[in-house]
Amino acid sequence: MAQSSQTAGGLKSIPALLHRNATEFGDRPAYREKEFGIWQSWTWKQAEKEITNLALGLINLGVNEGDFIAIIGRNRPYMYWSMVAAESVGAVPVPIYQDSAAEEMVYVLDHCGARFVIAEDQEQVDKVIEIQDRLHQFEHMIYLDPRGMRKYDHSRLHEFSHIQEQGHAAREEFLPELKRRSDKLDYDSTCVMLYTSGTTGKPKGVVLSNRNVIESAKNSSEFDHLRLDEEILAYLPMAWVGDFIFSVGQAYWCGFCVNCPESEETLQADLREIGPTYYFAPPRVFEIELTSVMIRMEDASPLKRRMFHYFMDHAKKVGGDILDGKPVGFGDRFKYWLGDLFVYGPLKNTLGFSRVRVGYTAGEAIGPEIFDFYRSLGINLKQLYGQTEATVFITAQPDGEVRSDTVGVPSPGVEIKIGESGEVYYRSPGVFEYYYKNPESTASTKDTEGWVATGDAGFIEPDTGHLRIIDRAKDVGKMADGSLFAPKYVENKLKFYPNILEAVVFGNGRDQCMAFVNIDLNAVGNWAERNNISYSSYQELAGHPEVLNAIKLHVEEVNKSVAVDEMLSGCQVHRFLVLHKELDADDGELTRTRKVRRRIIEEKFNDLIDALYSGKDEIFTKTEVTYEDGRKGSISATLKLIDAEVVPVTTRKVAAE
Amino acid sequence: MSNEEGYVTADGRKIGGTLMEMKNITLRFGGVKAITDISFDIKEGEIRAIIGPNGAGKSSMLNVISGFYVPQEGEVWFKGAKRPQMRPYQVAQQGIARTFQNIALFEGMSVLDNVMTGRLNYMKSNILHQAMWKGKAEKEEVENREAVEKIIDFLEIQSIRKTPVARLPYGLKKRVELARALAAEPMLLLLDEPMAGMNVEEKEDMSRFILDVNDEFGTTIALIEHDMGVVMDLSDRVVVMDYGKKIGDGTPDEVRSNQDVIDAYLGVSHD
Repeated sequence: MAQSSQTAGGLKSIPALLHRNATEFGDRPAYREKEFGIWQSWTWKQAEKEITNLALGLINLGVNEGDFIAIIGRNRPYMYWSMVAAESVGAVPVPIYQDSAAEEMVYVLDHCGARFVIAEDQEQVDKVIEIQDRLHQFEHMIYLDPRGMRKYDHSRLHEFSHIQEQGHAAREEFLPELKRRSDKLDYDSTCVMLYTSGTTGKPKGVVLSNRNVIESAKNSSEFDHLRLDEEILAYLPMAWVGDFIFSVGQAYWCGFCVNCPESEETLQADLREIGPTYYFAPPRVFEIELTSVMIRMEDASPLKRRMFHYFMDHAKKVGGDILDGKPVGFGDRFKYWLGDLFVYGPLKNTLGFSRVRVGYTAGEAIGPEIFDFYRSLGINLKQLYGQTEATVFITAQPDGEVRSDTVGVPSPGVEIKIGESGEVYYRSPGVFEYYYKNPESTASTKDTEGWVATGDAGFIEPDTGHLRIIDRAKDVGKMADGSLFAPKYVENKLKFYPNILEAVVFGNGRDQCMAFVNIDLNAVGNWAERNNISYSSYQELAGHPEVLNAIKLHVEEVNKSVAVDEMLSGCQVHRFLVLHKELDADDGELTRTRKVRRRIIEEKFNDLIDALYSGKDEIFTKTEVTYEDGRKGSISATLKLIDAEVVPVTTRKVAAE
Repeated sequence: MSNEEGYVTADGRKIGGTLMEMKNITLRFGGVKAITDISFDIKEGEIRAIIGPNGAGKSSMLNVISGFYVPQEGEVWFKGAKRPQMRPYQVAQQGIARTFQNIALFEGMSVLDNVMTGRLNYMKSNILHQAMWKGKAEKEEVENREAVEKIIDFLEIQSIRKTPVARLPYGLKKRVELARALAAEPMLLLLDEPMAGMNVEEKEDMSRFILDVNDEFGTTIALIEHDMGVVMDLSDRVVVMDYGKKIGDGTPDEVRSNQDVIDAYLGVSHD
């Protein structure tokens, strides 16, 4: 851990960076938000003023150093200011997923013992009020949007702007105190606490220091040559470490502008208007966009459609190479240029990617076709591998070395080693301080030398030095015959088909693998419409014989490709079923970041798994579902269990011995 | 029954004095009596509902309030003065705006433009200014657009701002119509079956918006509605009509226990 604080120029906290930005380039835009149909903007100077007023208001309200302030809401400048203001008064900001149900918030709010909550609107305020009796340390709530709040009891409720006004009015009194508190902040003081989504068990509060955040921001900004004039669109949950690093860490380090969309529904239009230069999205977003482009092209006029396919074929051939700066013949370059004029350019503009210089995706594996599609258009889309505990960055792909099946080389300042079990370990200045109120987990995750277990199994490619991730270490198992079982590997291959939204593969300790499949309502629904297949519900479509047949073909193709891999050929899917409901975070089947919770699904759909292994043809099942407002209901269905063809493989274990 | 003074509602809102009063209104179409000798008042800041079975004369009543129909007998008093016979646009200038049972939007125009038309009363610059797009006209457009954007934000229709109305689903069209009515910054807002044809979720949204409009802008609202559940939850006072006659008037609880109202809704033979 050879990082030196000098390299950060003595800027050892986010408030210090804010002050530098406001002094050195105070008139450049720091925040923009579309409201009332116009992009409203704040310069760094204005942002500092807003944050100072809020911080003074917080002191006025009685916030002490070390207090926890929960922040609940969508990406808005005010919410970001709240985080920075909280830090500058010596408190710890705790952003919380705004789509959590009240019940889910209880645990987090109680665990961190938040005395204060800053909530975006009535919806969030209502949730906290609903659970406030169970929160012993909770005292005051500040809300941003006063709409509908007039009749609420305001003894513990305060409007955001009033807090700022009161702070401003009490400027003389509290400014020295604010200065004292923020001057005290150094590399070791806590910058933010983020709760992990909790694929297993209860969420854990990851404490990140200023060192973690600033060093990671600095290293990664240098790695991608991020500059003062980048534009990013802040739309991913504020409670997620990635958003904190992109929209606070890197934005404050580089001094670039954070743009907040008008609402969730206007995201696409806002993206187009801003035209970000630096963009992050999980693979799912890229998938959805590609699907919608393809669907819309199907509806386009024949001329446009032919042009699209003609030039996309060409882009597939040379686009990636041109992007990587590899030699490409003049003729091909000219044709690519034409394609850019007629197809790629307008398409990128529609998607809002015209200006993207650096694009990242992470969190899940991305399908090679999807990845190549965007790269062939000339969008520099890359992959990174990270964790909350690492302050995001573990590995990233350098320009010119981008592939869909690796996650890149260690980020600057990060060391990586592979444990005996195949698990990936890392050590870096970004390694988190500790889990809040959970020394056992801290100890089992981070050893005394600072190495952190990622929980992922992977290996480093000998010739390129790139890291490849196979699966979650705890999910990797053995089949009954001793061959390797890596469900994620197969699931990802399945999910690369647009028709398949989600797949879960079982088979640990068994002799065969079985799979659950979720169809993608968008893609399959569109296909159904095109083929005059009528359906009234998701369930009906999921059970349609033609759909089942299409999925069967996908599974068989995947089996073929899995069979090629010596290590994993045992993971071919022998039988599968298409689930009657979408796996959903509200039912606990996915995490809030939409990762599959394997154990819970295994327990919940136990009957279905048994049926698959028992060789039956169909099964009747009833499943409880939770609606968005917390009410429960149930759906029942008779599911077909389908055999898929597998490629026979001779066990190659001999070679290993 | 109506006193000049205001009152305080169950949830603590203060209702002001009489804003509009209908005195012995009778409306005939040829030989057909649509409304017979009806009197009631609407107080400042309240949500007043007019309910009744099909053909009871609710919409006719609303059209009388909005000045579209002129009753043969009776007087309409608005803001303490007897209202002379006037054209609908003059009524609009007085501060009354409405939505329609069968949506009446400009289908080919965008949501934004539709809502902008609601600002007509606030556009004073002449055609020459507008054509030249200088000074006054430009300033006016900016001001009006600001007001309209606040309403778009309020009703959460930002994502369809530029969408032609014809492409919108029914529930959203209703919301756009409300937006246009609100754009006129009315003192009295008339809603003709705002929830008709909506699903439960859309109804909940619309109810929330109606309450919020009343709460945030202090707008007095008179609405006609079929859905009894919605009416009883939303309104402060209810007028019940049947066959052109008033058969009940009072708070939702009073109306609910009124025998005539129960008969009208459950069906009793009329002589």
